[in-house]
Amino acid sequence: MIAQALTRRRERRVLPGFGLSLGISLTFVSLILLLPLTSLVGQLSQLSWSQYWFLITDPRLLASYTVTLLAAAVAALFNAVFGLLMAWVLVRYEFPGKRLVDALMDLPFALPTAVAGITLATLYSSNGWIGRLLEPLGISVSYTWIGIALAMAFTSIPFVVRTVQPVLEDLPAEVDEAAMTLGASDGLAFHRVILPYLWPALVTGTGLAFVRSLGEFGAVIFIAGGKPYETEITSLMIFVKLQEYDYAGASAVASIVLATSLLLLLAINLWQGRFIKRLHGGRG
Amino acid sequence: MSIRISQIDKTYGNKGHGRKDDGRTRALEPIDLDIQDGELIGLLGPSGSGKTTLLRIVAGLEQADGGSIHFGERDVTHVHVRDRRIGFVFQHYALFRHMNVFDNVAFGLTAMPRAQRPSSGEIRNRVMQLLEMVRLQDFAERFPAQLSGGQQQRVSLARALALKPDVLLLDEPFGALDAKVRQELRRWLRHLHEELHFTSLFVTHDQEEALELSDRVVVMSNGRVEQIATPDTLYRQPANRFVFEFLGDVNRLEGDIEEEVLTCGNARVAVPGVENGRQELLLRPHEIRLDEQPSPRAHLPVSVTAVVPVGAEVRIELEADWLGEPWLATISHADFERLAITRGKRLYAQPSRLHRFDTTRPQTLAPLSVS
Repeated sequence: MIAQALTRRRERRVLPGFGLSLGISLTFVSLILLLPLTSLVGQLSQLSWSQYWFLITDPRLLASYTVTLLAAAVAALFNAVFGLLMAWVLVRYEFPGKRLVDALMDLPFALPTAVAGITLATLYSSNGWIGRLLEPLGISVSYTWIGIALAMAFTSIPFVVRTVQPVLEDLPAEVDEAAMTLGASDGLAFHRVILPYLWPALVTGTGLAFVRSLGEFGAVIFIAGGKPYETEITSLMIFVKLQEYDYAGASAVASIVLATSLLLLLAINLWQGRFIKRLHGGRG
Repeated sequence: MSIRISQIDKTYGNKGHGRKDDGRTRALEPIDLDIQDGELIGLLGPSGSGKTTLLRIVAGLEQADGGSIHFGERDVTHVHVRDRRIGFVFQHYALFRHMNVFDNVAFGLTAMPRAQRPSSGEIRNRVMQLLEMVRLQDFAERFPAQLSGGQQQRVSLARALALKPDVLLLDEPFGALDAKVRQELRRWLRHLHEELHFTSLFVTHDQEEALELSDRVVVMSNGRVEQIATPDTLYRQPANRFVFEFLGDVNRLEGDIEEEVLTCGNARVAVPGVENGRQELLLRPHEIRLDEQPSPRAHLPVSVTAVVPVGAEVRIELEADWLGEPWLATISHADFERLAITRGKRLYAQPSRLHRFDTTRPQTLAPLSVS
């Protein structure tokens, strides 16, 4: 019976190389993704539940969760708006230097995050170019949560731009023309016709940006200042614990970040699947 | 509502319009066109003839460089598309994929400013009435992706008619559909037009579609209007060679004329009333008769290379060494059987009519009856 099922499957597959390519992929996934995760779980197994609970509910750590989540949320929302705008400008208009701007969008990915962090910290510190202008207004960016959000936004903006851009390119101009011939104002056409098309991509991009921001380290530590209970982010806490050779403690905190990220990614994927199903007429 | 188009012209200045990158492309020469209230007008032409540009300018989706457009007495030249009160049907339907059929059709009504918007009950009635008209009342809850192409185009028509537009504009409305559905929708659109009497302008590159649907046809090429006429006039009295060639299959005969006889290799045919010199004459496939003997008027030896005995007439492809490209002849099944035509058979062609378009005066046409 099993043999029969196998042969039948073999007959049906037309594309060659299934066994080999899937095998290599799985090996790779195991080595790169699963093995480190396993060691993380291994570290955790040294802890009892009560120790684990004690570690992850340390007040200083709880404060860092709040700072990280809030800053990441602000950064993600900022990116949702600004990234959508950038994608819109890059797709819908022709202007000199468009190619350059398009290439610049990837810079945050290419730039070492530490470089970004140092640059931002220098720019926004009280005697930096921008910080100097903001200080008289009573706004300080460096060493506050605003700075953290700023650094997070900087490193994660490409997620939004690069997920929204291709969807926007695929959106036929006819669709907003149709809305206009039906008397819709620009705002209404955008809100009821264009935005719903972009919605899955925008949510995915924003979600990815958020998840990325949760774990951001390099860019943030320089501008965050790391004042306990105020500007300490969770990834910094992991780093601090590692420096104290507290591997179990570091793993415990890491497991929280990991679980949050995985849950979020899963939620985004499930939601997106449902949405896309509807666009394709329930045929998946 | 009548439409008056006067001196509309358009030049594409720079790239980005899919045309030549170098320099400016004249998309439309100044065009005048008067459309009566309730008329159904077809804009016919090959791709790049400017017909879609003209339609989009009438819709307000593109701006003309000069000229004016009036709907009735209303000057709409500088009126934004959303205020022109037009209905527009796109070739690829342009339905809102994330909305079901009902919401698509209701879109125009729900997009109205709150003060003018009908109540939701009224909207519901109106939409259901429209869906009934396009025979899709059972599909209100479906999403566009669950409908066939023909059904989607009907939704798009209902959507365009929801606001009771003054003018209905259709851009190759049946271009993306298969032949059978196209035929069906065409008939259905004609009925709808007879029923509702909207003024309508549609673009097509299919001559049959234009001739079947339109009250009048506007034939365009290279941004120019070649002829505006009823389908009948267009076919019988084409204004120039382009119209003649565009509206059907054409056979060419080129040769030297001396004393009213055209000679080309070993072929010759009497052409009364044509001056001497090199001439090109044209004839339609149904204007050729086939015979086993030459006649005193025509000695045109041909041989049969292909036979298509499908349909009301038999289509026959003819070749000869005096012909540059093969001729196409359509003859009756009776003649086909009488002559026992098979591939390779040698016969003589008898033109019953020859057309000549004088290149120096493109407006003249000289059908030469030779029978």
